[in-house]
Amino acid sequence: MMTNLVIIVLSAIFINNYVLSKFLGICPFLGVSKKLNQAVGMSLAVIFVMLIATAVTWPIQTYLLTPNGLDYLQTIVFILVIASLVQLVEIILKRYIPSLHKSLGVYLPLITTNCAVLGVAILNIDEGYTFVESMINSFGSGVGFFLAMVMFSGVRSKLEGADVPKAFQGLPITLVAASITSMSFLGFSGVIDNLFA
Amino acid sequence: MMNKRQNFLKGIVKENPVLILVLGTCPTLAVSTSVTSALGMGAAATIVLLCSNIVISALRRVIPDKVRIPCYIVLIAGFVTMVQMLVKAFAPALDDALGIYLPLIVVNCIILGRAEMFASKNKVIDSAVDALGMGVGFTLALLLMATIREILGNGTWMGMEIPVLADNNISIMTMAPGGFLVFGILMAVVNKLTGGKGSKKSFGCAGCPSAELCGKASCEDKDKEAQ
Repeated sequence: MMTNLVIIVLSAIFINNYVLSKFLGICPFLGVSKKLNQAVGMSLAVIFVMLIATAVTWPIQTYLLTPNGLDYLQTIVFILVIASLVQLVEIILKRYIPSLHKSLGVYLPLITTNCAVLGVAILNIDEGYTFVESMINSFGSGVGFFLAMVMFSGVRSKLEGADVPKAFQGLPITLVAASITSMSFLGFSGVIDNLFA
Repeated sequence: MMNKRQNFLKGIVKENPVLILVLGTCPTLAVSTSVTSALGMGAAATIVLLCSNIVISALRRVIPDKVRIPCYIVLIAGFVTMVQMLVKAFAPALDDALGIYLPLIVVNCIILGRAEMFASKNKVIDSAVDALGMGVGFTLALLLMATIREILGNGTWMGMEIPVLADNNISIMTMAPGGFLVFGILMAVVNKLTGGKGSKKSFGCAGCPSAELCGKASCEDKDKEAQ
């Protein structure tokens, strides 16, 4: 049981990294990774929303949609639930925990329509995870996103001072840098299979 | 007539959603590993885009301004579900190839972006033409990336083997790093061709169609901060 959870969390962080190997959440990855503090704020918000989204969508799928044969409504229900949930959380944070709202609040609405969040909710169902496994998987995925964002903001701060050809300035060189960053994650594939074998 | 033609063509070249507007990056990178899945993704997204643009344009006087984004999302999710069911029923192989990225068409920025930027302000026929142009532009960009990646990475094109390359494939091209690399180089080529006009395009809130959703105020603050 425990080993199973460890495998899920490690593979979510390193092997199936959401950004660098599944290409989910590319927009914030390229858009908000210029400064380290923004990258950290954004990723903490993503971890937070992924956990809440999973905590709500998993019971909805298991106890509401599947028993009633409404599986086909999954996409509509999930996106609506996630969108309204994020709005709700933002209002609650603003009212009761203003300090947290100040640091995470601006990023919350941005990730409503983020494919990483909807992706993790759907993947948890597709993989047939239990509730605990789903939560662990969401947490691992969020941490993987955090790791990629923090690493990449470091790479980008070095890029700022680099002298790149004119045509490559801006987005193209950022993508090439992302390519090299994701190459570093290729080295992890196969690690998990042998870790507990 | 000319006007409609320009409207159609702008989605393919001048305002290509992937290469110029930089929308829909996630599916572009993810499904461009093989030409077949790229074509499938392009077709699925085009159908959703066409349906949503037509319906949103037809309802543009009915939907209240304040709740328009949630309305658009529900409509788009409905069409995505239909396409998902059709693909599952008639092309199960494609369903396997696209996997999670099929339901994720809901959050594809191109579709919400066109609804917000075009369909909510224009007539039904114009919106349909715009959707077709954008859809074809998206499909062609995907096809271009998939062609490069499949030929270099796998030595095949739509499953057909290419003599020398099939024995000397660069398999990293079909893996994640190859996606970023090919896209980066394509963007650089586009920059070169457009004379650097595209290079100044920020990848922040400004280009994000869901900026409306999160309230422009917080976005502008963040953009300023980023500068």
